[in-house]
Order: sequence, then structure tokens, then C-alpha cells
Amino acid sequence: MGSMATTSPVEVEPDLTPDEMTLTAKPWVTIVWNDPVNLMSYVTYVFCTYFGYDKKKAEKLMLEVHHDGRSMVSNGSREEMERDVQAMHEYGLWATLEKQ
Amino acid sequence: MSGFTRHRRSGRIIATFSGFEADLLRSLASQLVELLRNEAAVPHEHADPLEAMLSFDGPTTEPDDPVLARLFPSAYAEDEEAAAEFRRFTEGALRDGKAAGAATIIDTLEDAGLPPQLGEQRLVIDVELDQETALVWMKSFTDLRLALATRLEVEQDDDAYWASLPDDDPRAQAHDIYDWIGLLQETLVDALG
Repeated sequence: MGSMATTSPVEVEPDLTPDEMTLTAKPWVTIVWNDPVNLMSYVTYVFCTYFGYDKKKAEKLMLEVHHDGRSMVSNGSREEMERDVQAMHEYGLWATLEKQ
Repeated sequence: MSGFTRHRRSGRIIATFSGFEADLLRSLASQLVELLRNEAAVPHEHADPLEAMLSFDGPTTEPDDPVLARLFPSAYAEDEEAAAEFRRFTEGALRDGKAAGAATIIDTLEDAGLPPQLGEQRLVIDVELDQETALVWMKSFTDLRLALATRLEVEQDDDAYWASLPDDDPRAQAHDIYDWIGLLQETLVDALG
């Protein structure tokens, strides 16, 4: 929740270690890779359903996967991105996580 | 084959299969369950067989079978240690989920009247799925298609190649089945959307 600090300065924690500050900055990303199998409609459906993206954003990400070979579909803490990658594997999408 | 549609009054997602089609889906789903349960989900590096049997860890290396390697890809492209750790904690649950999904397809078809052995008589299998079961089918169709495509070595934009194969080529026939499940899935996504 990095943006909280700007709206309520009282809650800024001056004692954050550099590691915790890195976490706050959501430095990990989930990447979905293109594969020749998954249907465009299915991939869009998964992005809408799992991430809660609207159709326009989901289609944009799907087209990135299709044309560029990969797309960054979410970002957050390492734990959050591991959850997203596991969910993508449940849906049969080819996904990895990496540090931004 | 018209695939899946949403029934306007009940809101359920329905499809009608011939006995042959339903039997084919059951057969593919059973093979997937077999594959998921067969290749032991234990780490390969256990040298001592006793140690391997007593270990309740998940696997840490990529499965040998290319289908399983595609179903459970490495989560970290450039960090083997992190990929192993991720696999240890996730692959077991992912396998169980995919096996349960394929088993749901089998159960639904049999509940809808598909007999254990397909006889001579003409059968019509009417399938009615609630929202939740339809999602399970849609995901499992993905697993079936990934499995078939990996075995067939399907690539991007290779339709001309498959069309060029003679009709009696078993690979062409398997590819027709792959295409058919793709069409089914397309109608299922549409009905759910």
C-alpha cells in the first residue's frame, strides 16, 4: 500500500528497513507468455475474471501477449505475484514472476 | 456440433453430445487423470528410495513428461532455486486441481447418461452445467488442449501444415480432435461471458 503514505502522512513509518521499503514499492511482476494453444477469448476471460480487469484492459493485455510474446499482467509483493502465477498455471496460462 | 449455450430461463449452460463425442471427451479426460496421477510427484534427486518414500515434499524439478512440463511450467525463468521452491509448494495442489477438473467432466457425462461402455445404440447426451461446473469444464478443456498440442507439437499459425496431412493420418485425426475441443471451448467462454 505505497500510496497510503501520501494521503495520511501520520501513518508514515520512519523505521522501515530498506528491504521493507522495496516491498512497499511493489517491485515484482507477473508475466504471461504467448503460447500457440490458448484462445484469445479464453485469455481475455481469465484476465477479467481473476484480476477483475474490465474487458478493455483485459483485451489490451491479451493482445500484448499475442503480438509481443509477453505481457506484464500484475505487480506487487513477491508473495502476491507467486499467488498470481499459481493462479495463471491453474488456468493453463504460461506465467512467470520476476523482479522489475 | 453447436457447442455450449446459456439456457435463457434456467441460466444453466447446456450442450448436446452424441454418444461418440461424449465417450471421446471421457476418454481424453481419463487419460489426463492417469497422466497427472502416474508420474510420481516426488523430487527426483532422492537417491535413497526409502528416503523418497518417506518424503512428503513436493517435487522440485520440472517433470520429465513434456505435457506435465507445460502444465506446470517454471515460475522463475532465471532463478532455479526459487523455481524449485515454488514448485515444491504448488505443484501438488495444481496436479490435484487439474485431476479433479478432468474427473468432473467424466462424472458430469456419466451422470447425464453416458454408459460405462458405449454400445451400438444411438445416444444423445444432454449436459447441463451450473456456473461453477462450467468454469471447471472450461479450465479442464484448456488442460486437454495443452496436452494434445504438446503431444502433436502444435505451433503458432501452422494450420496449413495440419490441413496438408492426408485424412487417414492419425496425427491429422488427433489434430481434428484438438480443433474440436477448441471450438467447444470457444462456445463455453462465450456462454460464460
